[in-house]
Amino acid sequence: MLNFFLSRLLTFIPTFIGVTLIAFSFIRVLPGDPIIVMAGERGMSEERYAELQTQFGFDQPIFIQYWDYMTGVLQGDLGQSFVTKKPVFDEFFALFPATLELSICAITLAILLGIPAGVIAAINRGKFFDRALMSSALVGYSMPIFWWALLMIIVFSGILGWTPVSGRISLMYFFDDVTGFMLIDSLLSGQKGAFASAVSHLILPTIVLATIPLAVIARQTRSAMLEVLSEDYIRTARAKGLPPARITYVHALRNALIPVITVIGLLVGTLLAGAILTETIFSWPGIGKWMVDSIYRRDYPVVQGGLILIAVMVMVVNLTVDVLYGLINPKIRKA
Amino acid sequence: MRFSRTLTAALMCSGILAGAASAQTLVYCSEGSPEGFDPALFTSGTTFDASEHPIYDKLVLFETGTTNVIPGLAETWEVSEDGLEYTFHLRQGVKFHSNDQFTPTRDFNADDVIFSFERQWKDDNPYKTVSGGTWEYFEGMSMPDLLNEIVKVDDYTVKFVLNRPEAPMIANLAMGLASIVSKEYADAMLEAGTPEMLNQAPIGTGAFKFVDYQKDAVIRYVRNDEYWREPAAIENLVFAITPDASVRYQKLKAGECHVMPYPNPADIQAMRDDPDVNLLEQEGLNVGYLAYNTQMAPFDNPKVRKALNMAIDKQAIIDVVFQGSGVIAKNPIPPTIWSYNDAVVDDPYDPEAAKAMLAEEGITDLSMKVWAMPVQRPYNPNARRMAELIQEDFAQVGVDVEVVSYEWGEYLSRSKELDRDGAVLLGWTGDNGDPDNFLAVLLGCDSVGDANRAQWCYEPFDDLIQKAKVLSDQGERAKLYEEAQVVFKEQAPWATIAHSTVFMPVRPEVEGYKVHPFGGHIFYGVSLAE
Repeated sequence: MLNFFLSRLLTFIPTFIGVTLIAFSFIRVLPGDPIIVMAGERGMSEERYAELQTQFGFDQPIFIQYWDYMTGVLQGDLGQSFVTKKPVFDEFFALFPATLELSICAITLAILLGIPAGVIAAINRGKFFDRALMSSALVGYSMPIFWWALLMIIVFSGILGWTPVSGRISLMYFFDDVTGFMLIDSLLSGQKGAFASAVSHLILPTIVLATIPLAVIARQTRSAMLEVLSEDYIRTARAKGLPPARITYVHALRNALIPVITVIGLLVGTLLAGAILTETIFSWPGIGKWMVDSIYRRDYPVVQGGLILIAVMVMVVNLTVDVLYGLINPKIRKA
Repeated sequence: MRFSRTLTAALMCSGILAGAASAQTLVYCSEGSPEGFDPALFTSGTTFDASEHPIYDKLVLFETGTTNVIPGLAETWEVSEDGLEYTFHLRQGVKFHSNDQFTPTRDFNADDVIFSFERQWKDDNPYKTVSGGTWEYFEGMSMPDLLNEIVKVDDYTVKFVLNRPEAPMIANLAMGLASIVSKEYADAMLEAGTPEMLNQAPIGTGAFKFVDYQKDAVIRYVRNDEYWREPAAIENLVFAITPDASVRYQKLKAGECHVMPYPNPADIQAMRDDPDVNLLEQEGLNVGYLAYNTQMAPFDNPKVRKALNMAIDKQAIIDVVFQGSGVIAKNPIPPTIWSYNDAVVDDPYDPEAAKAMLAEEGITDLSMKVWAMPVQRPYNPNARRMAELIQEDFAQVGVDVEVVSYEWGEYLSRSKELDRDGAVLLGWTGDNGDPDNFLAVLLGCDSVGDANRAQWCYEPFDDLIQKAKVLSDQGERAKLYEEAQVVFKEQAPWATIAHSTVFMPVRPEVEGYKVHPFGGHIFYGVSLAE
């Protein structure tokens, strides 16, 4: 198992170099000069432009810029945002816990509802529940998130008044960030009602963000289960007279989970990369909106640093998924 | 960035625990995150709202809700006869804020004024490059060219010596770039090796003290009880950052905030009918325009430009693009600026006459480009749609239009080129309420190839604005600018399209809020009814 883990870890190095190259060139390939965007309608003189080019290092050949940047990255320095003038590293980790907290809640909800729904649909293939569930999954998958989020806000916050409109916690609570995770920090603060407020603020964004993963997981589980349920060893298990629940949940589900875990791994990566629309609508201070704003402003250090950090996170998630494969199916470990 | 947390938390909670709608706490659902808290480092309105307005003061201030300049940290000032020396007599007994790392040992004085400007200006000032300082506004207002020296006459008298007379100088000193920071705090932070704290943990003399900023989520301020003017009525000011306009409206309705900026034009009617919302409005200090390239044929002919202007149905643009939240522009300056010439008659919308005028000039099969900005601005909320409407209008008079667009940075730089092909949609939001800030910047000969997108250098017009620039008497200046607007209309280097209307939805309990013509959101003077 250790060898398997190390071999997967080694693939990190070329991937990381590739990611830095892509991150560095991606933003530069886009048309638009960050200095001109910064000056806006007011513009600036040619002398001033040249001065700023030197200040930002843009007057250097591109490979020297890359070399300087990589030297910094390997020392843990991802540069400073052109816009806020703050270190990219600090900005990322100030915002990332919010994205991570929301993503974990959303993926947990999606798994907890999606896998049982897919299993039930599979064992009731062709029946009403299966059709209703798969139709709902299709609707969930195709729903525009922007519209769905606003609809939820208008109904549950505006009309019914059950949930807050946006934000992470009520403005009446005010405490230090310890972990950056509002659920934990609100508990640690000891302020009465803070945890309940944090939970109530998580409900709508979690539901909205979980909608697509839930649909994908349910459909994937259903199709994987259908495939496994038609295998010979399941028929053998039935012939041996094993209880149906044991056949479904122990023999079939364990094998059906392998493709489902792959999908979950990919979904977690997508969620971490920033649930941009959900974060924007619910004023959720995460990395999705931060990255998009930075692309518009041509804030090179933020786009580069953000992409690299997100890519590293996704690589870690993929590694975890690989290790989970190994745990579920020992054959993969030896492959 | 968290100071006196326990104390401030107690203070904040004492106000907010009674609910977000407490009489002591005003919640403003702001549209975005500030770039930082040093207004001289940045140019965006969102940053000025969070820094310049609550935290800082300037030597002179804009009276809230107007473009009038009133005394601020300077009680009085004199201008020398040649217009080159401005002497300011400073207010005494003004206290700077304090935080966990700094407690001022002295009151505001001339050293703070000199430091506040020299850090942006002098290369040998240790703060010149702190926080990646690019000082866009200071540079953009040509302050380095304008300033000769700033002299400390005594602790409470400062003299600004200029290289040339500049009538808008006083208005420039009311802008965010002229915010007064504490030299003592700057020195202390430099010594501690944390000079960037000047931007991250701001210390000013303003009506509110900075408490805390949670990135992209919330900014908290507390009232400055030692303020040199009467302390603010609200005790706690909270900015709840809410980027989506529809969500801001929902929060306002739910009572989760008291004031919200930038409503969706589509929500305006609903807000008017909503008993939970008091919709304030005022014409914005901006102008949206279509600039022809007056150096390229046939747009070098004023009659052709005039004819095209007559082909544009501006009312349709106001209805469709602004959805009613704008007014037709006839002059290159907005009506809220002094010297606005209301006697100027706009070109009538008359496609038949326009067609005939074009024929008279020998224009029969003209093809041209209209450039549509890729971004939204208050003066042009949907440039693509505006360009399409103009395309339809020009088609009516036999002019074939191709609508083009570029990435914003490209758009800004390519549109400056002297041989640019086509007319450009753009606009301007005033910086200091002075007509020179529109007329000279956007239409002066010095700006050709730069902010003068019409590439229009017309001597009779330029003479008028250059004369007005060096006069100190506002009445005389106004006459010259009024005349300049008449010349502008005759020559038609632009089709003036619209001035946007600024809407501010507030909760009914909010009292004393004034819509600021510069677009800033100011909470000094605001109170909440019980």
